[in-house]
Amino acid sequence: MAKVISFLLNGERVELFADPGMLLVDALRDELKLTGTKIGCKTGGCGACTVIMNGLAVNSCLIPLGKAEGANIVTIEGLADLDKLHPVQRAFIDHGAVQCGMCTPGFIMSAKALLDNNPSPDREQIREALSGNICRCTGYVKIEEAVASAAGRMHGDKNHEGCARCGEGTQ
Amino acid sequence: MLSQDYVFPRTVESALALLKEYGGKAIIIAGGTDLVLLEARKKETSAVLVDISHIPDLCGIREEEGWIVLGANVTHSEAAFSPLIRQKALALAIASGKVGGRQIRNIATVAGNIVAGHPAGDAAVALTALGATCVIRSPDGARRELGMPEMYAGLHVSAVDCHAELLTHIRIPAQGPGEGSSYQRMEQRKALSLPMLCVGARVAMNGKKIKSARIAIAPVGPRPQRATEAEDFLAGKTASPNVFAKAAALADKHAAFRTSAVRGSSEFRHAVLPVFVVRALEEAVARAAGA
Ligand SMILES: Cc1cc2nc3c(=O)[nH]c(=O)nc-3n(C[C@H](O)[C@H](O)[C@H](O)COP(=O)(O)OP(=O)(O)OC[C@H]3O[C@@H](n4cnc5c(N)ncnc54)[C@H](O)[C@@H]3O)c2cc1C
Ligand code: FES
Ligand code: FES
Repeated sequence: MAKVISFLLNGERVELFADPGMLLVDALRDELKLTGTKIGCKTGGCGACTVIMNGLAVNSCLIPLGKAEGANIVTIEGLADLDKLHPVQRAFIDHGAVQCGMCTPGFIMSAKALLDNNPSPDREQIREALSGNICRCTGYVKIEEAVASAAGRMHGDKNHEGCARCGEGTQ
Repeated sequence: MLSQDYVFPRTVESALALLKEYGGKAIIIAGGTDLVLLEARKKETSAVLVDISHIPDLCGIREEEGWIVLGANVTHSEAAFSPLIRQKALALAIASGKVGGRQIRNIATVAGNIVAGHPAGDAAVALTALGATCVIRSPDGARRELGMPEMYAGLHVSAVDCHAELLTHIRIPAQGPGEGSSYQRMEQRKALSLPMLCVGARVAMNGKKIKSARIAIAPVGPRPQRATEAEDFLAGKTASPNVFAKAAALADKHAAFRTSAVRGSSEFRHAVLPVFVVRALEEAVARAAGA
């Protein structure tokens, strides 16, 4: 039973006329043409489809579109500010944390959700936040390093919007 | 994909009224991490999803006259990080922290873990050891309470009918001074993996003496199993490695493991179980002493 479902997507209000039983990942990719969110398993087991919903990292392959009504959703397409990459994106490139790239948007969304809530995580906290993401190429070490360095960068970078909790980096 | 309607009631009463109105054609959705996969496999085909996540009465964790009370919307992430649960129902915090990966824990609920009826649902095993009870509301307004593992009616079948009833709250007797709990889990990798063996334990101590113990083991059947002979043996004994080893042997005697390609052979799990029971008891006793 298709109906209008509306939510905030990367800061803009979107309205979709669709079946609420459709999966959020399919709505993002097939209806809204945002193919940055990837599909690996479609069973919640790989994290390739990770998006941030109401501030938390979730698997968009396990979310019926109906659940997104009124939610605030951020996808990988919502991170870069015009030509300026988000510090997590920049760090993944600088640290060689990307090989085939299939897992990368998911890892970056998990890392962003972590750093938005905890600007200076330790290694254990980074691992916990990335526990739902699988990479078959990199071996994880460079990904962990990239997230740790992005944390430092977001703290120190005065041009970044700053971290909500400690106010560090706000202009 | 199913053609479905999707509704967000704001109160328990309106959720129950909706279930009644649809006469079995509607189903509760909490985090959806089990339900969406059942739908994808066509094992679940309800026409209407009744999403309870916007019901304020079902949110949050509080302490109430010696009980820790969790609303049905409490997620595994909330349970794992809650200072109250870490202090007074630690086994649940540990167990919820082991469910899936972070994205699953952020949305999947503790209540959903019980109703889904997994043989070794991590939170369900811990709650069995902790002696939790579940508050259930039916459309006629009736309220009943069921313990763990009585919430299980069979393999993947709950005593709660998710087409008609609502598990509203989970109540755990708060751990006081001299009490401690623990949760142990064996798996093939540290995240996103099926448990091969889970053991939860809770003890109440009087100095070095064990006043009472509860031990839950899974997966050894459709539901978490209490190791009652071991529990009876422990009551009144002075805690020691020897006593723990004897209790572990009694627990193992009643554990009927099946050999499984993914969960490991029966022989292997029989070899590990006593080690895990001893570890669970050691940790629970150490925490009871304030360690
Ligand atoms: C990739 C992946 C990994 C997983 N790993 C683990 C793991 O390691 N350990 C583990 O134990 N589980 C695991 N699970 C299973 C699942 O995440 C948990 O069982 C979870 O707690 C279910 O909660 P939910 O809120 O998502 O339930 P839902 O899917 O929303 O609901 C599950 C069932 O319970 C019913 N229901 C839910 N809430 C209520 C209520 N309040 N009253 C009445 N009925 C209700 C629903 O109708 C449905 O039938 C995993 C799942 C996935 C997809
Ligand atoms: S595609 Fe969603 S977790 Fe794998
Ligand atoms: S870079 Fe290829 S899967 Fe991670």
